Amino acid sequence: MLKSKDTIFDGLYSFGVSRRNFIKFCASMSATLALSSSAVPQIVEALEKKKKPYAIWLHFQECTGDTESILRASKPSIAQIVLDIVSLEYHETIMAGSGHAAEKALHDVVKNQKAKYIAIVEGSIPIKDGGIYCTIGGRTALDIANEVCGNAFVTLNVGSCSCWGGVSSAKPNPTGAVGIADAVSGIKYVNLPGCPVNAENITATIVHYLTFGTLPVLDRHNRPLFAYGKRIHDNCERRPHFDAGQFVRKWGDEGHRLGWCLYELGCKGPMAYKNCPTIKWNEGISYPIQAGHPCFACASNDSWDVFGPIYTRAPHVPGAGYQATADKIGAAVVAGTAAAVATHAAIRTFLGYKQKEKFAKEKDEADKIK
Amino acid sequence: MINRGSYVWQPQKMDMFRKSRKAQDKRLYVWQLPIRLSHWLNILCITSLIITGYYISNPFMHAISEDQSIMAMMRFIHFVSAHILIASALIRIYWLFAGNKFARLKEFLPFTAEKRKEVLCFIKFYAFLKKEVHHPIGHNALAAISYSFAYFMIFLAILTGYALYSESHTGFFWYLAGGWVFGILSDGTIRLIHHFVMWVLTAFLIVHVYIVWLNDNIEGNGLISSIFTGYKIYHKD
Repeated sequence: MLKSKDTIFDGLYSFGVSRRNFIKFCASMSATLALSSSAVPQIVEALEKKKKPYAIWLHFQECTGDTESILRASKPSIAQIVLDIVSLEYHETIMAGSGHAAEKALHDVVKNQKAKYIAIVEGSIPIKDGGIYCTIGGRTALDIANEVCGNAFVTLNVGSCSCWGGVSSAKPNPTGAVGIADAVSGIKYVNLPGCPVNAENITATIVHYLTFGTLPVLDRHNRPLFAYGKRIHDNCERRPHFDAGQFVRKWGDEGHRLGWCLYELGCKGPMAYKNCPTIKWNEGISYPIQAGHPCFACASNDSWDVFGPIYTRAPHVPGAGYQATADKIGAAVVAGTAAAVATHAAIRTFLGYKQKEKFAKEKDEADKIK
Repeated sequence: MINRGSYVWQPQKMDMFRKSRKAQDKRLYVWQLPIRLSHWLNILCITSLIITGYYISNPFMHAISEDQSIMAMMRFIHFVSAHILIASALIRIYWLFAGNKFARLKEFLPFTAEKRKEVLCFIKFYAFLKKEVHHPIGHNALAAISYSFAYFMIFLAILTGYALYSESHTGFFWYLAGGWVFGILSDGTIRLIHHFVMWVLTAFLIVHVYIVWLNDNIEGNGLISSIFTGYKIYHKD
């Protein structure tokens, strides 16, 4: 493990990160946080002088995608910066220690750094049947989260699973998976949803805390506004094609090759809030919409049960079966109404003719009497 | 002599009725100008909102050249129609309090025993269980309920519409107009409600037009022309 008394810059310097790259990193963090360039010296100062905060990275019911998202950076420097911004004491995927030694490191931090360390959690917590569906070292995820997140200064929920259950909580949710905040009550937390989370957003959140001593401004879902305040649709480079009415109709057609709007392939950009179009992924190379795949609002609470299926536009009706979109149900309602009206008209006409016959008969009889 | 309260189609007697119409019947001014104005604005706006709204959810027309702006135009028409519809609804709400007795709020509240009985009568009448029914001069109580229902749907559409509008129009005003709904309902649910209201209003339009035609036919009260002229024909007997 790293020496935790080091400042962040010391750590980076020992890994061979130049001062120039360090300043560049601080500037990029300032931009990610939507701060002005005058904040750069403040960030530089904070990262040079402040000690690294202790951090524990927990894995629960998840795919390790969020860890992969951080480790699979194309240039090593950013990966180092992300991992070196904190003194990471426990991370099941990348730690060198194992067994009791690793568990001891975890307990030491919880015991000695109570209410000072940052808990970073990846994965949902299954709470059904006493939480038996996810156990690590013989303890349930719920138990571990209660101990580690309950004693942390703040919990960073990275990825949609730890924010609100994610894919593991999609219907029928057999394990009763929930987000950390729903499993452990009364904790201070920041949600950084995404499938996976964007490493820049985790780093920027921590840098903000280190620089200003506070957490960034959060929205009503506890997501930092700097990363989740803007709608993908409003920043999308394919937006002009949307306004023009140029849509990709099917995969690989001419419109798809020309980079038209992916709306009809089920793009959920109009409902999705994230900074993907600006900071992108993999060192700013690309992001799904740029690569020709519709957004499925991975960072949204609704992405599986309400927004899904991924490749359809029409809203999904909860509890009405997989194929039943609002359009199908709505069209059935209108068709049923039209059928009812037609039947009513037919019956009325039939009754009317019967009445007519009756009148004719009456008239005949009256004539006879005359 | 002539049984006008019945659904019975009486062609022979209708001829007699038509001849005697001028002598016997009275034209009554029922629908005042704001009511008719609001009604036709509603028709215009709801039709345009259904068409453009359906296009926005499922773009059935595609641009053939880059200088077109079909979706932008559809959204523009959708938003303009929505605001005209709101203006029309405001006129109607004002006229609930300022209008004649056929337009007043009281007409729409089915809380008296008399009104409840009328609702039951009309349900039976439309279900062929009752051959005759007394048609009041203004709305019948069942029709009044259906219009309240339609306005409730319009209210839902306005609320969820403003919520969705606030996604691209930030600021305190739009938050007050609809952005606050996101605190109660999720984005997906809001879209679902907004979308479903379209289908419900389409179904309402079908039923409304049919029932109006039916009543005009049975009653001979000039119901259809009354929404143009304001005058209904009232039979004295």
